[in-house]
Amino acid sequence: MDFPKLLSDIAYLVSAILFIVGLKFLSNPKKARNGNQLAAIGMTFAVVASLVFIFGGGLNGARTAEGLPPLADTHGLLIILGIVLGAVVGAVAARKVAMTEMPQMVALLNGCGGGAAALISTVEFATFMAAKSAGKPVDPLGFGATMFGGVIGSLSFWGSLMAFAKLSGVMEKAITSAFQKFLTVVVFLAVIGTVVWSGMATGHEAMGGNLPFYTLLGVALLFSVLMVIPIGGADMPVVISLLNSCTGLAVAATGFSLRQPALIISGTLVGASGTLLTLLMCKAMNRSITNVLFAGVGSGPVATGGGAATGGPAKSAREISADDLAMLCCNVQSVIIIPGYGMAVAQAQHVTRELGDLLTAKGVDVKYAVHPVAGRMPGHMNVLLAEANVPYEQLYDLEQINSEFERCDVAMVIGANDVINPAARYDKTSPIYGMPILDADKARNIIVVKRSLKPGFAGIDNEIYYDPKTYMFFGDAKAAITKLVEAVKQQ
Amino acid sequence: MTEATVILYAIYIFMLAVFVGFEVISKVPVQLHTPLMSGTNAIHGIVMLGGMLVLAESGNNALLTWLGFAAVVLGAMNLFGGFVVTDRMLEMFKTKKPAAGGK
Repeated sequence: MDFPKLLSDIAYLVSAILFIVGLKFLSNPKKARNGNQLAAIGMTFAVVASLVFIFGGGLNGARTAEGLPPLADTHGLLIILGIVLGAVVGAVAARKVAMTEMPQMVALLNGCGGGAAALISTVEFATFMAAKSAGKPVDPLGFGATMFGGVIGSLSFWGSLMAFAKLSGVMEKAITSAFQKFLTVVVFLAVIGTVVWSGMATGHEAMGGNLPFYTLLGVALLFSVLMVIPIGGADMPVVISLLNSCTGLAVAATGFSLRQPALIISGTLVGASGTLLTLLMCKAMNRSITNVLFAGVGSGPVATGGGAATGGPAKSAREISADDLAMLCCNVQSVIIIPGYGMAVAQAQHVTRELGDLLTAKGVDVKYAVHPVAGRMPGHMNVLLAEANVPYEQLYDLEQINSEFERCDVAMVIGANDVINPAARYDKTSPIYGMPILDADKARNIIVVKRSLKPGFAGIDNEIYYDPKTYMFFGDAKAAITKLVEAVKQQ
Repeated sequence: MTEATVILYAIYIFMLAVFVGFEVISKVPVQLHTPLMSGTNAIHGIVMLGGMLVLAESGNNALLTWLGFAAVVLGAMNLFGGFVVTDRMLEMFKTKKPAAGGK
């Protein structure tokens, strides 16, 4: 009776159940936090089970049963060291990161998972090659899964790093060209080619039979870079979500090659729910997934909305000073604040709340209108405003607030752009056509707090800036709102 | 169990997990999209276990040992970082609930 193996198998079962219940809770606002904690408990079960399996003799027991020699050295110290190192780095980074940088953080952590899957596949491939060259039969499913895990894991790793770079502003612009599209197709074919080459490898190729697999990893790198480069920053949430489900599938694949049901179950759960979540996100933006991935917002609008940037028909925007703006805001009945990514990136949520509080104290009815996809991830604004302690009852969804704009005196747009672009209503050529928007243009006065007249992430011009009801209040969101708060205090 | 049965069982598990994954989050409000993504991200941190296994089995092949070690480190970052980030996000949803109820 192989007790350690049985014990760890039962623990894996418990952890799988906890993951499923945890996911269920995570999609319910009241239970979400418990859901995450349940999943964490499930993970604890799985990790302990694994440690028991490796150190308690289960691994060697299983090897003996398969006719393999028991291991003298299971590298126990390295395992513990690796876990501690990764845990400390991961947890500290996750604790330190600012709320505004959450999207990048998730991208980075997702990349770690994908990278781990790719590395495991590399090791597994080498093991398969050793077996092949020794003339032993290999499990075809595990072998195929190893290549799948390598390609998808590598794609997740490099794709997530690219998404990280885009979100942290290292590389903001979407780059598109016909040549790039052609190249992507060529590289995609090369990926398939290297998969076939690796699949047919006999173990006698260069580098101990691993050359095809290393080539495959390299080509997958190229492919993921080419794939993510043309996608604009505004679509990164969808990309991260998609890469997240890819990592899930890569993990499931490593589960197949390692014969480890816990990895198959968890990886597949994430792969499936992540895919569904990606589709839900696309739906919230009223786009299709193919449109996000291949159309490349930023490619179309260069032709349609580039007028302002290239100095087309002269349109003028009016500017307003902090004092005038303060006077306007203090002497009206209602102000609706529309936060966007500009507020997030400038970390202006606290000073925005201060402004809201000041105005409320002066008897102004202040509401916050949160567009579902404002910011760089759905729900991004809810998280930030909650962090700044904005009263929950002042937050309104798109459906709740849109009828109120007509009666509202001032719509104050802080670093938002595409989510208030009226072109989404009528301009069929606009890449955001059909996306539900906040009807800021219906307010009596519109204030736009923005660094410049440059278009937002979708790369399209916004006619609202040139509306005669609009005043532009230029500046970095934090600096501008701070100035405004000072001016309001003196009113 | 024969080899074919083992493979078949693995495929069964995979298939059922696909259905469960789809069903379990069929309805999710927009404000939970980000935390849910982050939560699922943490769950695939289980890849760390795979790293532990390949590291344990790498024997005296130094290259494979270090690849396995790197996989464990990356997996652990994904796992621990993922849960902490998700908890931080959800903590904020939590704090505003009593504030709303208290007023």
